[in-house]
Amino acid sequence: MIKMELRKDGRRFDEMRTIEARAGVVKNADGSALFRIGDTVAYAAVYGPRELYPKFLQDPTKGILRCRYNMMPFSGAGDRVKPGPSRRSTEISLVIEKALLPVLSLEEFPNAVVDVFIDLPQTDAGTRCAGICAASIALADAGIAMKDLVSAVSTGHVNGQVVVDLTYDEESAEGEVADIPVAFMPRTGKLTLLQMDGEIGKEQLMHSLELVRKACRQIYEIQKAALKEKYTFNGESDEE
Amino acid sequence: MRNEKRAHVLRFLEKGLRFDGRKLHELREIKVDYGISKNAEGSVRVCFGNTEILAGVKMSVEKPYPDTPDDGNLIVGAELSPLSSPEFESGPPKSEAIELARVVDRGIRETKAIDTKKLCIDKGEKVWTSTIDLVTINADGNLIDSGALAAIAALRNTTLPHYDGQKVDYKKRTDTPLPIKKIPIAVTIYKIGPYFLVDPTNEEEDLVDARLTVTSSSGRISALQKGGDHPLTIEDVDRMVSLALEKAEELIKYL
Repeated sequence: MIKMELRKDGRRFDEMRTIEARAGVVKNADGSALFRIGDTVAYAAVYGPRELYPKFLQDPTKGILRCRYNMMPFSGAGDRVKPGPSRRSTEISLVIEKALLPVLSLEEFPNAVVDVFIDLPQTDAGTRCAGICAASIALADAGIAMKDLVSAVSTGHVNGQVVVDLTYDEESAEGEVADIPVAFMPRTGKLTLLQMDGEIGKEQLMHSLELVRKACRQIYEIQKAALKEKYTFNGESDEE
Repeated sequence: MRNEKRAHVLRFLEKGLRFDGRKLHELREIKVDYGISKNAEGSVRVCFGNTEILAGVKMSVEKPYPDTPDDGNLIVGAELSPLSSPEFESGPPKSEAIELARVVDRGIRETKAIDTKKLCIDKGEKVWTSTIDLVTINADGNLIDSGALAAIAALRNTTLPHYDGQKVDYKKRTDTPLPIKKIPIAVTIYKIGPYFLVDPTNEEEDLVDARLTVTSSSGRISALQKGGDHPLTIEDVDRMVSLALEKAEELIKYL
């Protein structure tokens, strides 16, 4: 059963926060993007394909994807986030890598690495999903062959009400909550990221996934628009 | 390759020109945007041309150092994010990042920019600690000057969170600003061959023989840092300091 009342911040149950996406925001990078969803902001920059060192990490059959997810020290609600990798950021970096890998064709780049760096200056939940959305635009911006983009947002329920794109307030609400970050390859409709914290029944889970698939279609359009915008305006301008 | 490039740049500098059309003592376009991170107690984005750097301040209540029992603490961190340049790698901060943080820290500390006595809550027990973190978004030269400007701008943008004597409530922001008494401005003068220039791009910075960072407030010098592989003469220092003080007056207008 879906309750139709509005959420604390006035959104409908299936409504995402305001999204803004821009490609080409880091001039030094081969590809880059900014993805903002509500108060969560993610920068992503792609460097490569470039030679991978130390050499023993190289794979002669294909290129390697390496992601680093990083919250800036002042980006979190509450205390300062200690700089440097943590158990949390290391795991998130790993799942982001796995979320992006299926759309890339790295066979063309033996012994090389594609580095994806994600930095968040401001966060209000949904950071790994925002990071994936930004990284996906940045990879396309870098001109790396891709089978699809990857679009991601969280879903779940807050005290029985199934919702998409949870805020920190919703995630940490009293009572029964489930937070499910999901990434989709929008064209094929396949999942590349699926995690969950909390408690949920199977029926609600499947309903959540249906909602988030639709939300990801919307994100996909925004991602494409960001890329189109850069390459339309950049027609005659410099190629960094 | 480097030598050819250097010779080429020197020919340009001799005519008083730079690759991007600037004069030797001309800064790039500077932008300062406040409030770029809501969870920080103060934050700012500073751009010097294509160099973009963020600064955020987090306030916390800590025990003071034993030798300064009634002074608030200051911590400055800097990350040269691998996002911002193909030359930066992940991992613990390298010497370049540590130097940046320490030069910025020293500028603020030695200028006595913050009235640290006013940040004492309970002598010997509790004081406010201001932690400034700098993170590069796009590194294209002159990170010291842009980082130092970002740091003082972020401090001036900071308001204290609510503190009930036990716990800091980061959701409740007071409208009490930090007690800022003075504004330190860092200006680095770079030397290539016999020429002095300011605000180099990354391309120019690679060719620099020596640099001198002069941090000052209202014409008084509070910190110096020489960098680069080549020595400086006393006459060099004289010219560099004069130029730095002159440029500081220009830079402070962006705050």
